[in-house]
Amino acid sequence: MSGKGDGGVSAAERQMWTTWVRERAVSSLPPEKLLPDRQPSYVSSWIYVFGVATIAALVVVVVSGMVLGLGGPTWWHTDSLGRFFNGIHLWGVEIFFFAMVVHLWGKFFMGAWRGGRGRTWVTGAIVFLVAIGAAFTGYLSQQNFDSQWIASEGKDGLNSVGIGAFFNVANFGQMYTFHVILLPLAVVALVVWHVLLVRRHGVVPPYPARAAAAPAAVPPAEGGAQ
Amino acid sequence: MSTEAPAAPDPGAPWPGPFVRYDLVKELVAALGVVALLAIVLTVLFSSPDDSPTTIQSWAQAAPSDFVATSVTELAGTSEIAEYGPPYNHTPDATQKIGPLDLQSAAGVRIPIDTATDFVLEPLRTIAGAPRLQLAIRAYESAPPALQETWTGAYEAGLERARYPRGEAIVLPAGHYGPVAPMMAALLGLAQSGGLDGNLLSEDRRFYQTDYTKPLLFLSGGEYFEERAEGQHLLGTQWGMMNETGSYPGQVWLWLYTFWYQVEPFLESPNADALVFALMGLLSLAFICIPFIPGLRGLPRHLRLYRVIWRDHYRDVEGGS
Repeated sequence: MSGKGDGGVSAAERQMWTTWVRERAVSSLPPEKLLPDRQPSYVSSWIYVFGVATIAALVVVVVSGMVLGLGGPTWWHTDSLGRFFNGIHLWGVEIFFFAMVVHLWGKFFMGAWRGGRGRTWVTGAIVFLVAIGAAFTGYLSQQNFDSQWIASEGKDGLNSVGIGAFFNVANFGQMYTFHVILLPLAVVALVVWHVLLVRRHGVVPPYPARAAAAPAAVPPAEGGAQ
Repeated sequence: MSTEAPAAPDPGAPWPGPFVRYDLVKELVAALGVVALLAIVLTVLFSSPDDSPTTIQSWAQAAPSDFVATSVTELAGTSEIAEYGPPYNHTPDATQKIGPLDLQSAAGVRIPIDTATDFVLEPLRTIAGAPRLQLAIRAYESAPPALQETWTGAYEAGLERARYPRGEAIVLPAGHYGPVAPMMAALLGLAQSGGLDGNLLSEDRRFYQTDYTKPLLFLSGGEYFEERAEGQHLLGTQWGMMNETGSYPGQVWLWLYTFWYQVEPFLESPNADALVFALMGLLSLAFICIPFIPGLRGLPRHLRLYRVIWRDHYRDVEGGS
């Protein structure tokens, strides 16, 4: 086809923003890297379960939260089905944090930031901190004695550093908006970014083996795809 | 005895070793099924806690003496909230500081609360058909501050010997209470009827309301609210921020934040909240930046727990040593 260069993309098409974004995305994360069907042989430890369990728990939390949102913030106080979904939401959050904390400790002990994976650690750590905010606003949105007390206690910490003047824990409308829209969006976006970084850079390899057996640990380089 | 390999393979280079089949999507679907099932089982077994909130009405009915004692301090401007400082009011030397840094003052008074007006006088003005009460309010407002202080002080002293027949009225010993006595009696009646709950929410005359700042701050001034929290092990001295009502796990991930409040120098510091917040901010920043902090980033290599995590790998490459 005339005017087309390598890959069938014309010079005019190369100047298109859409083409630029697509080519950057595909070159950074080609499909076989985004969804690989093979992993290095060292990816065989119980610790890897907790990363995927964290994502699974996040899905449970988001879906149960959406169901609760359909009924509104008072639904779960008056309806047994609402109470059931509130239970799933609560226990989903507990599982989410448990899995994420084990995942984080595991990644710390693995030195998972090695080999240019610093941003992967940073995004994961920020997910943890933002998720704490999401859970905190959730506790404030319960509309029961627990949320009253948490607001009463929490205001002092936030007021003492000036945050409370803008983020008022006694303002249910503000906390509810943060809980159902702003912070979940931030958590999900950061998790997506984190997972894409994991896929792009691959799973961190083990620290070197002992010298006596080192030759066996470094086979020829042809097998690498990560 | 074996030693570490002198030339470590580059962890950023492509893995030169063998690969194995790994079905990521199947793993995610299986994890989703297991986690959803676990959440459902835990819900069926334990449900979720839901202790009904304290209302101004339930407080005034259950503990009228505490309600009135709190209310008169709100009127006198001597309550915790009246003297809180920013973001509620301008009280000198009330703010917490981090060394010379006064972020609480820097943020300013953005949620103005005048406890006498907002918690007492404005609600009392809404009571219709009570001309003597309205006269009492005007008499209080027009009195000089020193006289107001005399009345509220006498009333607070009189409360120590007050009686509450059937919990519905205050009977004080004879004293110079001025208009404060009829005002407090009317406020107790308004609170016990449930009128004060709605009144505190709708003082700005809007129909829809989502801001509970005023009723919550009023409630938090009373001992009744705190005693209920203590019974649920929610106080700060009971690691309260991470607890939940009943025997449920709460925000256990806040354990480190809560921990600092249990130890010196934070335990007795007047700046405890600000100092703990600053410390947690620094620790959070360090947590995020671990990959870039010399010493800390190399710690996992020395801890050697990675050999437990990757024990299959090391067994394979080291021949079971």
